[in-house]
Amino acid sequence: MITAERKPLDEILELVGDKKKVLVAGCDTCVAICLSGGEKEAEILASELRIMAEQDGRAVEVEHTAAIRQCEWEYLDMIAEKIEAADVVLSMACGIGIQSLAEKFAPKLVMPAVNTNMLGMPQEHAVWLERCGACGECVIGETAGICPVVRCSKSLMNGPCGGSHDGKCEVTTPEKEDIDCAWALIWERLKAQGREELMFVNRPPKNWSKSSSGGPRKMVREEAKPV
Amino acid sequence: MAVPEAAEAVAPTKVVDPDFEPEIIVFACHYCAYAAADLAGSMRLQYPTNIRMIKLPCTGKIEVIHLLRAIEAGADGVYAAGCLEGECHYLKGNLWARKHVDHVKTLLEEMGIEPERVEMYNMSSAMGVKFAEVATEFTQRIKELGPNPVKREGVSPHAAAREALGGVAMPDEAESSVAATVEEGHAE
Repeated sequence: MITAERKPLDEILELVGDKKKVLVAGCDTCVAICLSGGEKEAEILASELRIMAEQDGRAVEVEHTAAIRQCEWEYLDMIAEKIEAADVVLSMACGIGIQSLAEKFAPKLVMPAVNTNMLGMPQEHAVWLERCGACGECVIGETAGICPVVRCSKSLMNGPCGGSHDGKCEVTTPEKEDIDCAWALIWERLKAQGREELMFVNRPPKNWSKSSSGGPRKMVREEAKPV
Repeated sequence: MAVPEAAEAVAPTKVVDPDFEPEIIVFACHYCAYAAADLAGSMRLQYPTNIRMIKLPCTGKIEVIHLLRAIEAGADGVYAAGCLEGECHYLKGNLWARKHVDHVKTLLEEMGIEPERVEMYNMSSAMGVKFAEVATEFTQRIKELGPNPVKREGVSPHAAAREALGGVAMPDEAESSVAATVEEGHAE
């Protein structure tokens, strides 16, 4: 799923500026599951903004709402009335939801209240790990179901590199925690699968034009288009 | 035995406005703090009248927004009083409550409001004295901090906190609804 983290309050206040009617719009799909931008989080942010306004002596009206999914037109219809009434909408959805909302209600001022950060999975409750880079050309069939694009710090297609020690990467997370070497994991699992020979395949440079380097991507399913 | 929080009360160093009577919201667990309050009453212990109690089946019911709503409505202080750690009737409710209280502290800090305005306390139902001590210590702490900067006339923090909580079925009041649930075959 898509994960996001709420922006610091100072940054959000700057985005709101001197607008008088603020709507905090949560999204009850991915960002709700990663506890960053669902209805509960929207309610909390709205309360924080009201407290800030009261402290600063500003007369600001702050409401909250949530769409089941901000990334689909139909669900946006359900919160249209509240959006129309607001001077500024603080969307807590992922970048996709925020843009859908901004496009549907243009030129309404729509601001992001979260930073969308990755396509990840909950490793355990309240811990998410990046698992996919949406590169457009999946290779994990050859890499034992482990993505070298996002799980190798260098996105190497032919790893490991010299920075792999005892199964750990020489790079650490921003919190200085160890990262597993993706290619060490790939080797171990290939061995368990009896497919070690795949480790010795020389993979050519990846075609990044199928990823975001090739410009905005578009997907059309002709057979599913309405007649 | 762990040192009770009340013993850590900060010596009054700030100038306290003698006319300031803080409004304090207490989220109290049915199984411990609420019973401890009863005991404090039976023991005729004195404690400040500044606290307004809200009874919950467990402090695990408390969410961030409940504490925040009380502050938003002008509560000068809010605390949760749950069972002793390791003795929660629902096993971990009081541990969750502590996490939620700690999170609200970080939110308050972000908003420039003293995080000490929210707190988590633990006590058993037999600790009437501790209940009175905590109420006294926390009230003194809030008196030293002064009024909540977002205090407004005519807004009741107690009502706001109750409204945020919505309907809460208490363990001693929920028998009929539990029976109905069993009949419908939805009981766990």
